[in-house]
Amino acid sequence: MSELVISNLHSYYGKSHILNGINLSVKSGEIVTLLGRNGAGKTTTLKTIVGIVKAQQGEVVLDNENLEGKEIFEIARRGISLVPEHRGIFGILSVEENLKIAINKNSPWSLDDIYDMFPRLKERRKNGGNALSGGEQQMLAIARALVNDPRILLLDEPTEGLAPVIVDEIVRILHQIRSAGVGVLLVEQNLSVCEKLADMHYIIELGEIVYQGTQAEFSNQNEIKNRYLAV
Amino acid sequence: MNLYLFQALNGIGLGMIYFLISVGLTIIFGLLNFVNFAHGAFYLLGAYLSYTAVVVTGNYWVALIIAPIMIALIAWVCERTLIKRVYHLPHTYQILVTLGVALIIQELCVSIWGPIGKHISPPDSLKGVFQLGDFFYPQYRLFVIGFAAVVAILVWLLLDKTKFGALVRAGSEDAETVSLLGTHTHRLFSITFALGVGLAGLAGVLAAPIRGIHPFVGPEILGIAFVVVVIGGMGSFTGALVGGLLVGLVQSLMTTIWPQGASLMIYGAMAFVILLRPYGLFGRA
Ligand SMILES: Nc1ncnc2c1ncn2[C@@H]1O[C@H](COP(=O)(O)OP(=O)(O)O)[C@@H](O)[C@H]1O
Ligand SMILES: [Mg+2]
Repeated sequence: MSELVISNLHSYYGKSHILNGINLSVKSGEIVTLLGRNGAGKTTTLKTIVGIVKAQQGEVVLDNENLEGKEIFEIARRGISLVPEHRGIFGILSVEENLKIAINKNSPWSLDDIYDMFPRLKERRKNGGNALSGGEQQMLAIARALVNDPRILLLDEPTEGLAPVIVDEIVRILHQIRSAGVGVLLVEQNLSVCEKLADMHYIIELGEIVYQGTQAEFSNQNEIKNRYLAV
Repeated sequence: MNLYLFQALNGIGLGMIYFLISVGLTIIFGLLNFVNFAHGAFYLLGAYLSYTAVVVTGNYWVALIIAPIMIALIAWVCERTLIKRVYHLPHTYQILVTLGVALIIQELCVSIWGPIGKHISPPDSLKGVFQLGDFFYPQYRLFVIGFAAVVAILVWLLLDKTKFGALVRAGSEDAETVSLLGTHTHRLFSITFALGVGLAGLAGVLAAPIRGIHPFVGPEILGIAFVVVVIGGMGSFTGALVGGLLVGLVQSLMTTIWPQGASLMIYGAMAFVILLRPYGLFGRA
């Protein structure tokens, strides 16, 4: 069992105060969404958790260990994996090399497991990362996080710009990941995807959590959805 | 005809030396986005260390192994204490700092080994000439070509076939994402810097019995390495190999045809390549 707990997180870009006291938590085997309009601070929250952005105040705690001051790679080695919005696939590496540089022997997913889960990646394993379609890149980014032995997986808009069949595929994969006991923090604009998957929802607005509720509570909160999520 | 064959072989040998110098420069630039103006000075120091190793042990082979390793160690210490502090600064600061390192190394060499050059002989087993029909060629120079080729293959295998190499290539594309996968990128940087500089030291050792050791050769070597890297393309292994051989061959053949123009021609070749392919023969935009 793992638990990521974020309390009173404050982050800045230069002088602009972006996160204004974020609180949330994610446990093993749970999918939690972080919703909110563009510019609300979702990506910044994920970047602060993994150490790309240094928090000015507040705590990120994984299994009772405070991650303050840890380097990006140290946080990653503790089992927090970020699949970034830009996916971060290395174009000059082959698909297989993209996976191999991330392999952690302790991961429940071996390279073979990954190829069973993503047959498309197996077909394309000798291709360069830059030859992949957007959907394939997203699959590879998720696959790469899985071989890295994640305890908590952070996904930044994984279905953005993808065709509906591929979105369904990703929903299926996320179910599998949850069943394997990984905790997932999902940033997503596609509300129907979120409602299909999540156990818990948080809404962020101007760097503050303005709503939190379970899927059962959230599903009929049309007023909340209109106020914070309508474009 | 034999003269041209002789010069072509000289050019290949010289080209392999240039490759060894440039490959480190280009990989360090690719991965760390760092301009190392001390690269030529480390070549120089490698040559002098091999001189001392030969004087002390009387054995060239010991020098060939020990001197490059010492250069890599010195480079590693230098990276840990100084270089890593300027990665995030603009290139102008990196140039100033490494130029400072280069001058310190050069002046240290002058004060330790004196302002007049030194010479070391090839090992006894390679002092003879190789003969094929009426063609003669020094054995040591053939050895340099063969040895550098083996090193080139090893470096290629390291970069292309190992996890370390994949990490270096990945890091040259996006170092932050590499650390997100749990890799200690600072350590990757230090090792790559030490390896790249160690290869320049190795080039200095290999070239010493052919060209002698002159304390002020660093800037010239650095200049040629930059020409090679610009021709081959920043960050490219293949570019360093092809660029190094091209520059070596042009320089060597020109000394027969038009000696005064030899240096001019390599800069001409560079200008020509830049006009046709601004990112070099194997460079990425
Ligand atoms: N690198 C940056 N430098 C300065 N401001 C930034 C940077 N990245 C994001 N911001 C600002 O921070 C705010 C939150 O951005 P972000 O976390 O990317 O939002 P979201 O992911 O919710 O769309 C926005 O106002 C955005 O303009
Ligand atoms: Mg975002």
